[in-house]
Amino acid sequence: MPAEGGILLRRVFPVPPDAIDQAGQVSTEVRRLLRGLGAEPEVVRRAGIVCFEGEMNIALYTKGGRIVLVVRPEVVELLFSDRGPGIADIELVKQPGYSTAPDWARELGFGAGMGIPNMEKNSDEFHIFSRVGQGTVIRATIYRRRHDPG
Amino acid sequence: MTLYEVGELVGAEVLAGEELLDRWVDKGCGADLLSDVLAVTEEGFLLVTGMVTPQAVRVAEVMNACAVLFVRGKRPPQQLVDYAREAGIPLLATEKGMFEACGLLYGRGLRPTGFRHLSEYAG
Repeated sequence: MPAEGGILLRRVFPVPPDAIDQAGQVSTEVRRLLRGLGAEPEVVRRAGIVCFEGEMNIALYTKGGRIVLVVRPEVVELLFSDRGPGIADIELVKQPGYSTAPDWARELGFGAGMGIPNMEKNSDEFHIFSRVGQGTVIRATIYRRRHDPG
Repeated sequence: MTLYEVGELVGAEVLAGEELLDRWVDKGCGADLLSDVLAVTEEGFLLVTGMVTPQAVRVAEVMNACAVLFVRGKRPPQQLVDYAREAGIPLLATEKGMFEACGLLYGRGLRPTGFRHLSEYAG
């Protein structure tokens, strides 16, 4: 796996609970940082989408968490972790359209059950670790030398 | 077409980014479901939406949309207008509904963006 090589950048972004109006700030900053490092536009685009979806999930469903951005010469990694309810059935949440979103999330234009499928589709490697009652950790990796995850 | 023409065509008021209306735009996406906007596979499009929440502008920003056109007379709060101005995202607002606004823009040559079909997510 192309995860070798030194770390060019590592940043930790807290995602506060109950701050839905701020959700999206981290994605904007991640895009800005990646552009500053000269990352390929397609990588910036995909990382922005993955980050936004993950950030919205933390903001909508959990008691807060954090996002870690790690940039290496070959890959961009995004690590999401939260103190949330956890996911009981991970295969289920990967299915397009499956959603546990409350009405208020749907009224904001989210909760269509496409968040995790869209994160996975825009990543080259995608792993979810979760424990009910404790939280969820998602690791998304985007290769910098490939343009389409297929 | 330019954003000037977009604004004139739908009779829009410019809320933010007056100085950016010389941007060219070829593609558009009309949606209230922001999850659908996040499935768009290209950048630089006009987002036509009835959502006036901060998330609508955030999604436009993260998707690198060229501007947002709010429909059906909706106006975002001033705080959001200020944010968009700072972020360099032009905001326009029209009294026309979504269907009419999109129809007019399509008729003048604006084309749909590419987006991921639901079938692409399976498996």
